[in-house]
Amino acid sequence: MIQDDLRGMVGVMWKDLRAYYLKPPNISWGILFPLAFVLAFAIRDGGNLARLAPGLLGLTLLFAATSMEAIVITFERRIGALERLMLAPMRLPALMAGKVLGGMAFGLAMGLIVLVGVLVAFGPAGVNGWLLAAAMLLGAACFSCMGALVSVAVREVFEAQTLANVLRFPMMFLGGVFVPLAELPGWLQVVARLLPLTYCIEAIDLALHGGSPARAGLDLGVLALFTAGMFAIATRVLARRVA
Amino acid sequence: MTTSPPAIHVQDLTKRYGADQGGVLALDAVSFDVPPGMVFGYLGPNGAGKTTTIRLLTGLSKPTAGEARVLGLDVASEAARVKKRIGVVPEASNLYDELTCYDNLVFSMRLYGVPRAERGRRATALLERFRLADKRDVLFAKLSRGMKRALTIAAALAHRPAIVFLDEPTTGLDVMAARNLRAMIAGLRDEGVTVFLTTHYLEEAERLCDRVALIVGGRIVALDSVDNLKAQLRAETAVELVLGNGDEAAETRRIVAPDVPAAVRQALDQAAADGRSVLAVNTVRPTLEDVFVRLTGLSADTIQAEKGGKA
Repeated sequence: MIQDDLRGMVGVMWKDLRAYYLKPPNISWGILFPLAFVLAFAIRDGGNLARLAPGLLGLTLLFAATSMEAIVITFERRIGALERLMLAPMRLPALMAGKVLGGMAFGLAMGLIVLVGVLVAFGPAGVNGWLLAAAMLLGAACFSCMGALVSVAVREVFEAQTLANVLRFPMMFLGGVFVPLAELPGWLQVVARLLPLTYCIEAIDLALHGGSPARAGLDLGVLALFTAGMFAIATRVLARRVA
Repeated sequence: MTTSPPAIHVQDLTKRYGADQGGVLALDAVSFDVPPGMVFGYLGPNGAGKTTTIRLLTGLSKPTAGEARVLGLDVASEAARVKKRIGVVPEASNLYDELTCYDNLVFSMRLYGVPRAERGRRATALLERFRLADKRDVLFAKLSRGMKRALTIAAALAHRPAIVFLDEPTTGLDVMAARNLRAMIAGLRDEGVTVFLTTHYLEEAERLCDRVALIVGGRIVALDSVDNLKAQLRAETAVELVLGNGDEAAETRRIVAPDVPAAVRQALDQAAADGRSVLAVNTVRPTLEDVFVRLTGLSADTIQAEKGGKA
């Protein structure tokens, strides 16, 4: 049973990557969109790219991991292809994990491209590699689960796109990408603390620029909780939708 | 003498949808067995409960009451084991547009645990069998409707299931494609595969099925072999005479009688008495369509018109 689940999960991930993710529009959405925003703010801030690097990485993970993940299940339900996966000998959580792994792998791949650029530009000195890897892995997993949740929550692809943007854009402006959390008004800081991107960017910032290990542990813990919670809810919603 | 256990056993299977299952009764205590190696036709108009039955038998949804066993396994509690041994062809050809024919087949096999070394060989063999060898590297999206259907069936067979569920396999196909598909289905039976076929084409069912169930409004109204069902209407065998004036056909006369030879004699005598020439004499036996009309009270057009005509 577990062997069937693992095989199905990996199969779904590869199929999604080949069929949906590795297409030029996704790659541009995953990298160019965050890059354009960050460069625009960097120019305004007088070229302080080092400060914006964690935000750029976090934003790339968010946009790349959710680019297709937020619509793929809705799309496959519409065309009947999801039923094909549901007929395969694997349990629903394994199917969902395969879908999430696809988004996560794509998010990480795009994130790694940006990371190479960041490391080339600013050098690897002082970077906490383990913390950076954990933050990027958990960030990609968390955002992919968020995409999956969006994808199962609605019936139409255009609704999924709308809902994904409703979640992504506030996160982009409140998650610490362009404006440090400490500079936000108190009530907005509370709102920002409800958003997973905040914790992802904070953990990446701690990995790149150093800081409290306890703070980093808390960030990773919150990201893990977001990931597990959204995965569980997305799986439950999908089970109800297809029953 | 030992009897082999049924490939599919269904007992009082019931499904309600909506309002916490107090809503619409889609399937009402349906019971039947399908012996192994048989083509079993499940016929009925739209909304009769055909697709609901397939969803219950393939583990896609859970019954409100009753039992369904496939290959001896309880579908409700052992869905994953059942899924491993069945192939399903849904009404819509639902492979992946963005993958090639070959890659679609390989992906299907991967999901079902076909060893990696086997996948390529089997995919090539299936493409040849379904006359798609020259489409190996063509995207699924680029295939004709008939080819999509054929590849969807090939994908359902790729892991060599013991039972194949075919939901309206020839709907929307042109005459040639539908004919090829029927030949494929007949071929499956010859290979010992059990086929559960839903269709609204009564002629197709008559040609392909060893046994049929007629379902209307969630209830089975008839369940027997095609021959036995037609035998119920044997008393209605008709003799049709084409009468003419000289060589020109002028009239077709139909006589319904239980005793065919007597009816023919009577008709010929009558034609001679009328001074008419007999151009042709045909016996018209009851069809499955006649049985359907008699047992359901619905016109045969009801079942076929809903799906947009005959293939």
